Amino acid sequence: MELSAFILQQAINAIFLGSIYALIALGYTMVYGIIELINFAHGELFTAGAFIGVIVLTALQAAGFVESHFVLTMFIVFGLAMAYVAVLGVAVEHVAYRPLRNSSRLAALLSALGMSIFLSNGMMLSQGVSDRPYPQVFGLDAIEIMGARITNGQIFIILLAFALMVALQLFVHRTRLGKAMRATAQNRTMSRLLGIDIDQTIRITFMIGPALGAAAGVMVGLYYGAVRFDMGFIFMIKAFAAAILGGIGSIPGAMLGGLIIGSIEVLWTAFLPSAWKDVTTFTILITVLYLKPSGLLGTSASEARV
Amino acid sequence: MVQQELRKLVTNLFFLAIILIPMLGFRSTTFEFDRALKTLGVFAAILVFNLVVKLIRGESAGPDPHKVPWSERARERLDQVPKIFTIGGLLAVAAIFPLLANNYMIDVGITCLIYVALGLGLNIVVGLCGLLDLGYIAFYAVGAYTYSLLNLTFGLSFWAALPIGIVLGMICGCIIGYPTLKMRGDYLAIVTLGFGEIIRLVLNNWDSLTAGPNGLFGMKRPALYYPSFAEDGFGWVTYYLKSLPALYYLILFLVVFIIIGVRRLDNSRIGRAWVAVREDETAAELTGVPTTWLKLLAYALGAAFASVAGAFFAAKLSYTNPNFFLFMESCIVLCIVVLGGVGSIPGIIVAAFVLIAVPEVFRELENYRMLAFGAIMTTMMIIKPEGLIPASRRLRSATHHTHEELDDSDG
Repeated sequence: MELSAFILQQAINAIFLGSIYALIALGYTMVYGIIELINFAHGELFTAGAFIGVIVLTALQAAGFVESHFVLTMFIVFGLAMAYVAVLGVAVEHVAYRPLRNSSRLAALLSALGMSIFLSNGMMLSQGVSDRPYPQVFGLDAIEIMGARITNGQIFIILLAFALMVALQLFVHRTRLGKAMRATAQNRTMSRLLGIDIDQTIRITFMIGPALGAAAGVMVGLYYGAVRFDMGFIFMIKAFAAAILGGIGSIPGAMLGGLIIGSIEVLWTAFLPSAWKDVTTFTILITVLYLKPSGLLGTSASEARV
Repeated sequence: MVQQELRKLVTNLFFLAIILIPMLGFRSTTFEFDRALKTLGVFAAILVFNLVVKLIRGESAGPDPHKVPWSERARERLDQVPKIFTIGGLLAVAAIFPLLANNYMIDVGITCLIYVALGLGLNIVVGLCGLLDLGYIAFYAVGAYTYSLLNLTFGLSFWAALPIGIVLGMICGCIIGYPTLKMRGDYLAIVTLGFGEIIRLVLNNWDSLTAGPNGLFGMKRPALYYPSFAEDGFGWVTYYLKSLPALYYLILFLVVFIIIGVRRLDNSRIGRAWVAVREDETAAELTGVPTTWLKLLAYALGAAFASVAGAFFAAKLSYTNPNFFLFMESCIVLCIVVLGGVGSIPGIIVAAFVLIAVPEVFRELENYRMLAFGAIMTTMMIIKPEGLIPASRRLRSATHHTHEELDDSDG
């Protein structure tokens, strides 16, 4: 393969992986922005989305629906996964986080961790310990650009991820609810005084963030061809690293951070032993937190929260 | 008010159902509704009971501040019994246990004691100093691998390797502690989690040193040395502690040693300074408490205890591999500390036995063990954040508070 083709290929892989990390990171950053809590259960919500995806997709494939109505199938699969996980996200918030909203942060964090362990083991019990294969719906068709191969699946996933991110950006900046979310993130007490329904705003955040994570889960399943009950853990740490790198609480930051972490991982795998790539991600995470806790696009307000 | 409470109950149950039914009701192919419903039923019963009690008492403004909760009353009751009886009794039971139990039970006992040691170590970091450490199991791994490597390559005995393991553990504790000194709460949690995973991945990937995922095996068991005055003159006889009861007594000895150490630390100037850092770091710093140094010390000492437990663990099994040190293990230890009562030594001992021994007794529930851990952690944080047996220091401040209020009402 020529050098230019190689670079292009790696760039595409990086954008692909990065947009998935960015989608998960958005969930963290939004929740952290509003209630200043690391939603440890986010990785499990992501996995739950992937499982709903595989269940729905397998059923649709068995019915022969995939070949005849491909676009509709994808719409149903992503729609159901996102809707279900949005409801699950709200339920988790109601059961585990709401009662602790005014208690110490250690208590809230431990409650989140407990929820994460519970959901992960619940999925192990309900879905089994082994890999669950995803139906391969995209085939092997690919486009060649300057010698680099991009599969249809990759194109679809990248486009969908960007569409979701644009939609989120529009929602946050162009709607009333989005405005309420931004206000709540800035100052919860003041927002309440001004008549914003804080509970509702938090609930909506816990719908949107996990729904984006669920979409990422389905994407990961579609691309890698399998899901496992514990895959949320490693994606959670990487997405969290992305959120921190971009500046926690900042939505564009999460997107940028996701792309950077994805690129670093792809580059590392291309040139260096891939067994150490996770060590690199963790090292980046720790270094960024040590040197610049506010992240690349974070404000000084987010630094004060550290 | 009844209507409002009922509505709250229904919403709570609805959201619980959303979480529980998919997690427990679906097998990958079949649908087992009854299990999910049973679990939901338990929660429903608790919530309804709670509601009924509330309605009967007519408490709408929350619990009575003057009432001392049962756990604190139990603790007070416990404190009235002379210390020598409770501690002596416990020690006697622990000492006789191997004579009455079979090998399997002794093995479970050893595992419990290892977790007691880990819980007490983590208690220094989380309980006393208030730093959330999610990578604590890494120090356990450091202890295990230090002993394994020293024994396999240099033939060092358990007792000679132990201090080296402790020192290495402390160094690792400081390495983790140093960059996190500025951080608080959530960020600290994620960084320690990252460190824990880094250590596990290094052990997993560094094939030439640690044999990667295959692990190391063939380490000698800990030994006792006693003099012999046989015909050929004076000499030392090495007696390897191979049997389970012998290993049980060794870990019991180590745990008693650790308990004494932690108690002494807790009641010392350092212990009080740690609590000061936990309660309000800025205020502690301003009153002249060297917070930086104390945090590093907490990490180092916590790591030292884990390292001891790790070395024992590797020596007992004569085998170690990186998969013993997963993130879940850190969570189990953390769950022990939280359930027992953050900062409370008796609480941690009780919690370790509840969380490690009880699932062993109900073997068929093995799969549900981690599920229960998660549920316990969340539930405890919501209903009893101070744990089963709250730390006495917290109790003292709580009772003191009540007396003050009583005095006020008298005057």
